[in-house]
Amino acid sequence: MNFEWSGVWDAMPTMLDGLLVALAATGIGYVIALVLGLVFAFLRRSDNRWVSMPVGFLVEFIRSTPLLVQLFFFFYVLPLIGISASPLATGAFALGLHYATYTSEVYRSGIDGVPPGQWEAATALNLSTRRTWTNVILPQAIPRVVPALGNYVIAMFKDTPQLLAITVVEMLGGAIAIGSETFRYSEPIAAAGLVYLVVALLMAWVARVVERRYGQVRV
Amino acid sequence: MTTTNGEFITFDGVHKSFGKNVVLDDLSFSVGEGERVTLIGPSGSGKTTILRMLMTLTRPDRGTIGVDGDYLYHEKRGDQLVPASDGHIRKVRSRITMVFQHFNLFPNMKVLRNVTEAPIHVLGKPKDEAEARGKELLELVGLGDKLDAHPSQLSGGQQQRVAIARALAVDPDVLLLDEVTSALDPELAAEVLDVLRDIAKTTDVTMLLVTHAMKFARDVSHRVLMFNEGRIIEDASPEQLFNEPEHERTKSFLRSVIDET
Repeated sequence: MNFEWSGVWDAMPTMLDGLLVALAATGIGYVIALVLGLVFAFLRRSDNRWVSMPVGFLVEFIRSTPLLVQLFFFFYVLPLIGISASPLATGAFALGLHYATYTSEVYRSGIDGVPPGQWEAATALNLSTRRTWTNVILPQAIPRVVPALGNYVIAMFKDTPQLLAITVVEMLGGAIAIGSETFRYSEPIAAAGLVYLVVALLMAWVARVVERRYGQVRV
Repeated sequence: MTTTNGEFITFDGVHKSFGKNVVLDDLSFSVGEGERVTLIGPSGSGKTTILRMLMTLTRPDRGTIGVDGDYLYHEKRGDQLVPASDGHIRKVRSRITMVFQHFNLFPNMKVLRNVTEAPIHVLGKPKDEAEARGKELLELVGLGDKLDAHPSQLSGGQQQRVAIARALAVDPDVLLLDEVTSALDPELAAEVLDVLRDIAKTTDVTMLLVTHAMKFARDVSHRVLMFNEGRIIEDASPEQLFNEPEHERTKSFLRSVIDET
């Protein structure tokens, strides 16, 4: 087997185009996962069983089925119900929804970790439910879960090649496209792997910095 | 009002059990406006449950609790008593606050913010007014120099004094003190009790206290209720109850508490 490093470098411009797509999908998906995860966590805590049970079921359902299946599902079903979205938007949404089921569990553990005495003190001061959440509970719950939430960005980024299934061309898609033109697959795929590695390591480093800055709880 | 209202807080037929364990058994008693009443008795006798019910942290299974003519867990609809809405509970509860055994300060807020949070967001006071009052109260509890400290930087006794300032900041009519010195060393407990003695002397807030600090209870209370197995077995002035308890169970309880300290 001959492996030409020059083929790796030649693939880089395409890889960088793909990286932008992967980062866009990760970024949009992550915001969706962070927000929707919190919404799921709230709804699952609802006293109303008609809210908490269906949401609980939905979360378990999404979490227990493969992301790839969900990608296809949204890609083919959204247009049927009249929603036309680009493949990238559909992919980012599916990715965000899928990971929201994980972040909702993370939020739940963070919220459960706030001592009952904090809720009781909020009651004793007659704080409204909304104030109790925004000013007392979440400011204590979220710093606890920053490390876990940070890990999910990296996991999401590494799941972006699955978007290839719904025609989103990110790095792996770009590498395969080069391969089909040049009949050399190993170099562009190695290039893709290299970029995934470097970016994932960078993300891990950023996550640790964020963790150190915001992940501390004063107790 | 010139005469004191002898039935400011009323418990009527209140019953509470946790599983098979009956904590309060058909309990009825009342507390007058401005009265300071200490609840004593062995642990598990239901004292803390009473405070928690008044603070709406624990719901009674049966019976009614009244606060100045309003029911805490019920609303009058015509002649009928119906379960209270959240809004009603919130309204009645707004007159009551509580200081806890483990302080429960908000660790994500500085000391002053702990004290001003409810005045600003619940009472709707302007920020500068709430802060001026907060500083005054922190001064009162001897912590005027700790406004910008985080709760974690304070000793237990200091944290509890912040908690007392935080409670007073909502201008309560009823102050519930739940074993507020039980988690503190004797020296730190003493500084907290001194602050509470001052407050008892200078305000007319109605107080319900659960404490094991018997000397303090004797100093500040108008009345002492001795609990045993979910019932009040003795209801007397502190002089009477501590000097000449009538009930055998009270005598043995006081002996055990005094031996301890």
